[in-house]
Parts: sequence; structure tokens; C-alpha cells
Amino acid sequence: MSDAPAQVTYRDALNQALREEMQRDDAVFLMGEDIGGFDGAFKVTRGLLDEFGEQRVVDTPITEAGFTGLGIGAAMTGLRPVIEIMTVNFALVAMDQIVSNASKIHYMFGGQATVPMVIRMPGGAGHQLSAQHSHSLEAMFTHVPGLKVVVPATPEDAKGLLKTAIRDDDPVIFLESEGLYGKKGPVGGEDDLVPFGQAVVRRPGRDCTVIAHSRMVWVALAAAEELAAQGIDVEVIDPRTFRPLDLDTLAASVRRTSRAVVVDEGWPECGIAAGVAAHLYDACFDWLDAPIVRVNSADVPMPYARNLEQAAIPQAADVVAAVHATLGREAGA
Amino acid sequence: MTHAAPTAQPDHDGMRAMFRTMTLIRRFEERASDEYMAGRIGGFLHLAIGEEAAIVGTVSALRPDDPLTSTYREHGQALARGSDPRAIMAELLGRATGICGGRGGSMHLMDRDRSFYGGYGIVGGAVPLALGLAWATRYRGGDQVSVTMFGEGAANQGVVSECFNMAGLWDLPIVFLILNNQYGMGTPVERAAAVEDFYPRAAAYDIESWKVDGMDVLAVRGAVAEAARLAREERRPACVELLAYRYRGHSMSDPDTVRATEEKERWKARDPLVTFERVLLGEGIMDADAIAAMQAEIDDVVADAAAFAEESPEVPVDQLARDVYARPWNDDPRGSALMRP
Repeated sequence: MSDAPAQVTYRDALNQALREEMQRDDAVFLMGEDIGGFDGAFKVTRGLLDEFGEQRVVDTPITEAGFTGLGIGAAMTGLRPVIEIMTVNFALVAMDQIVSNASKIHYMFGGQATVPMVIRMPGGAGHQLSAQHSHSLEAMFTHVPGLKVVVPATPEDAKGLLKTAIRDDDPVIFLESEGLYGKKGPVGGEDDLVPFGQAVVRRPGRDCTVIAHSRMVWVALAAAEELAAQGIDVEVIDPRTFRPLDLDTLAASVRRTSRAVVVDEGWPECGIAAGVAAHLYDACFDWLDAPIVRVNSADVPMPYARNLEQAAIPQAADVVAAVHATLGREAGA
Repeated sequence: MTHAAPTAQPDHDGMRAMFRTMTLIRRFEERASDEYMAGRIGGFLHLAIGEEAAIVGTVSALRPDDPLTSTYREHGQALARGSDPRAIMAELLGRATGICGGRGGSMHLMDRDRSFYGGYGIVGGAVPLALGLAWATRYRGGDQVSVTMFGEGAANQGVVSECFNMAGLWDLPIVFLILNNQYGMGTPVERAAAVEDFYPRAAAYDIESWKVDGMDVLAVRGAVAEAARLAREERRPACVELLAYRYRGHSMSDPDTVRATEEKERWKARDPLVTFERVLLGEGIMDADAIAAMQAEIDDVVADAAAFAEESPEVPVDQLARDVYARPWNDDPRGSALMRP
């Protein structure tokens, strides 16, 4: 057991990435609500104020549009701000800055300025936070050219992708999952970067490809265990980034299995699952033996009541049923 | 590189240069209007004719390395910063030789080499960027001052109040310039603002602020020089409201039928070019011959810019997806699956 890799939480993996990148590059600074004296709403920035001081770990007023825009302006000069928006739900207040400024500045000014910034924010449902605090907005950000969109599922990816994001010269939307902060796993060292645009096979399999990201990876893996017990062998693939999207790895798997299920905690209409499915139809139509099935949250604002919320968000049983559907089996068969 | 900050009162050479720049902006925009009417400029074209004193008074009071941001009505800011009129006109015509390669057009000029950080199209949206430029200056220990020009309409946007608050809270080296031209498109100030003066809003956040006549280029220069001095030397933000008037509609597509003729005539009697010319003549700083020669020189510059733009090549369509990202994905100019045009 002594050479087993250390188990680090997703939260601490992010903290390691921030600390290492701040040590490495003076241009990196952190800004957000309650990230300094309070250590962050989810304690991701714990200890960083003490180590780096108020100049580099900046508590802001509750003013998301303002400090997001401030980060963009600072990034235009070559600084590397990491902006924490306390949760993705509050990013909606800053959407003009993200969409009209961050994503467009490099293009609309003919490449004269880059925006090397990261906007970190957790999202997702499952904690009875009700309609205004349970969003999964991957689709909104992925819709926008000029942004990069990163969705880590493991501590190793949380650390390695955040390091890549901080060193990247484009605005990166870094979507964490509130449900994963306590998840433990091994992490890489100081120089272990996880590249963008490289999907990873979480579980190899023959019968159906299940594509899932962030917390849904774990839901898909639970479903895969259940299916394995039924003699169905699914492959679980985690895209890890939606911009850029590693369509090659996804399509190669679907061509092998001839079936696909796409799992996404967001809403179904014009969602991430819909977008990925459309790419797969373009790339793999002739290989498919069944329609692609999407598993999304219900098309409703998130309800508070625990039983309703659980009914609204994708569960392993929903993924099992979707795989059954691609195999032409009755649910529960 | 260090620069001396301009003085509040310019010397005679400085005054001649200011008058030349004001004339250049006026003639350039008149030509841009013609180009638009001829169908060679598309989209929106917002002219600042009438606001030249506010623009030139401001830019002349700054060091060339003070980062400047503006709204979509920003041809004058780029010209005042010394950007090539050819490259600006070519941008308006959407040509490959444009200052932003034909990507931005009239509303989105930028000249990074001259610390002009751009014109932005969402009202109020550039103000937090200017705050970030001020933040970056302080972060690096520089002595530049971030200067952002926006209208009184933008002052009603929430994000501008957010920026006043952070600037006051953190004592950032920024100068907010509220160019109050008294109309948000066609809506007059009295129908859009509970209080018709805007500078007190900044004062509410402990920012030194005051109002000056935006039609008087020397008054603007003096006020902005003092505001920049506060930000540069005392490390305090400042805000100046410049009361001015635009002689054209909001954009070329606005026939300007809302504003009363008498009101327009009253403000045209205070045309900043005419009044400043009177000062220069009265004080013997320029004579009529010198002014005529300068105007002829400007006419040549503008005609040359227009000819250059008209003769410039279109932007190659194979560059459509260039610069969406800092680097092409996988060296494929079309980008990845989700980056293709």
C-alpha cells in the first residue's frame, strides 16, 4: 500500500493547481467573492491569501459583471487572472462581459490583444438548492466561439486541466461540479498538464458508447456496473473539454460500438447532449445501429423537494434505460 | 519608456496641434459620411461631429502610454492617438488593410501600439475593462492612468456603478470621462435620468468628480489633466463630466428628427472648431493663411485615406476563422470540430 498514489480531493487538487501556477508565474492572480479571508465558498482557495497576499488573492464586492470585466481588461495587458464566480448561476450577471468582451476581443480587433484568463465556477444540481442555484450551463458557454470550455470529472483532471487553463492564451470557462469537491483520487505533479481537446476512455467496452462529463461521468460509471451485471459491456468516454471537442475519439468509439448515449446534467433543448449527438450523426451515421439517446435533466426549472429534484436530474437508472433503448431492449429487461 | 505628463495648459505648438487634430476628426468623419452614403461603409456609423473638443481635449491631456478605451463612437479617439487615417478608413470599408483587418469596422477600432484599447459596442460594457487596465498598471507598479470615455447613457448601466465602487474602494488609477451629449440615441437626458448631472454618481463612491464645458477644448484639456494628475500622482480615481452635443443623429441610420432645430442651432453656434479657431486667431497663434494651409493639408490626408481604403483589397475569405483563438487548434485554420466556420 505504501506506493499507492496519495488520494487528494477534487477541491484540494484545484488548490494545488492554483498554488503551483501562482508560484510559477507572477502574472497569475485570483479574484472573486470571499476567496481570501473566507477561503472561498467551497474552500478551493484555502490558504492562498496567506501565501500570496492581498495583491494576488483579491476579495471583491458582490459585483460579478464588474470584476469579470476587470479580469478581462487586466488579461488584455498580459496578466493571467483566475476569476472565481462563486457559482455558475451568478455568471448570468456577467454574461455580457463573457460573451461580448472576453470571447470577441481577440477576433474583432484583428488579433491585437489576447485574453488569457480563467473563469472558474461550480455548478450542477443535487443539493436541494432549487431553481436559481442549480444550473448546468455548459451549453450556453459552448455556444460561443472564442471561449474554451472545460469540465473536469476527477481530481487528476481538475488539477491538470486548471494548470493548462491558466497557461492558455484564450478565455477559459472552467466548470467545476459542486457535487465533486469531496471526490478523492490521485493527482499529477507540478508538470503534469492535461491537454485540452483530448477525451479519455473511463471504461472500455464493446456494446454501446456512453459519453458523459463532470459529475455525470460517475453516474455513467455506476450505470456501467449495473449493465455489466446484465452482461452489457458499455464504453464510458469523458470529453473533458467541449471547446475544443475531441470528436475523433468519440466518433472512433461509436464506430466500434454502433450505439451511443449522451449524458448531460443540463436541459435537453439545444443542449450539450444535443450538440454532441449532432456531431456523432454527422461523423458516424452509417455506423449507427440505433438512434442516439440523450439523457438530460428534465425540461423544468429545478424543483426544491428532494424527490422532485432527484426525479429531475439524470440518475444511473436513466442511463441504464437509455442503453437498453439503443439495444432494443425493454426498460428493466 | 517614460513620458512627461502633459500640462493643463498647452503651449502654442500644442494648441496648433490640437486644432489640427480636431479638424482632422471633423473632415475624416465628413468623408466617412460620404463613404457610407455611397454604400462603401456598411453596418453602423456613429459620428462624433460636434464632440471634437471633448475628444481632443481629453487625449491631449494624456501621456501616449495611458491606456484609453472608448465606446463605438471612437474614430476621433483613434485619430487623436495618432493612428493612421488610412488604416482607420480601410477598417470602415472592411478591407484587409484596416487597422483590425476588417474584423471590427467602425465600432471596434483598436491600436494597441498606441495604447488605444478599443471601441466597444455594448453601452457601458467597456468600463470594467478600463478598470482592469488600471488594475494591471497598479499590479505592475506602473504610473499610467487608465482613461475611459463613455456617454451619459452608459452611466445608467449598472456595471458602471459597479466600477465606480471598485475604483473608489481600491483607489485605482482611472479617470472616468462621462461625455454627456444629452441624448441616449433619441431619448433626452431628462427622460432617462432621475438627476440630470452625472458626475455626482461617481462622487457617491468617494471619487473626486466635476463637470466642465465639453465644447471648449482648453477647458476639457485642463480638467482631464487635473483628473489624470490625481490618478497618477495621488493614486486616486477621478471623474469628469463633459457637457457636449453631437451635430448628427445617433448613427447614420438616424434621421435626427427628434431634436428641435432651435436646439441644434444653439449648439452649432458653439461649434468647438469655430470657437477654438477664434481663440487661435485672436491670440495670434495662427493666422488665416496658416489655418487655410492646415485645412488643405488635412483635406489631402483625408482624400488619401479614402483613396487608399477604396483601392485596398477585400479580406480573403479563407481568413474567416483566423484569430477566433490565440492559436489555431491542431494547426487547422478551420479549428476543431466546434470551431469551424
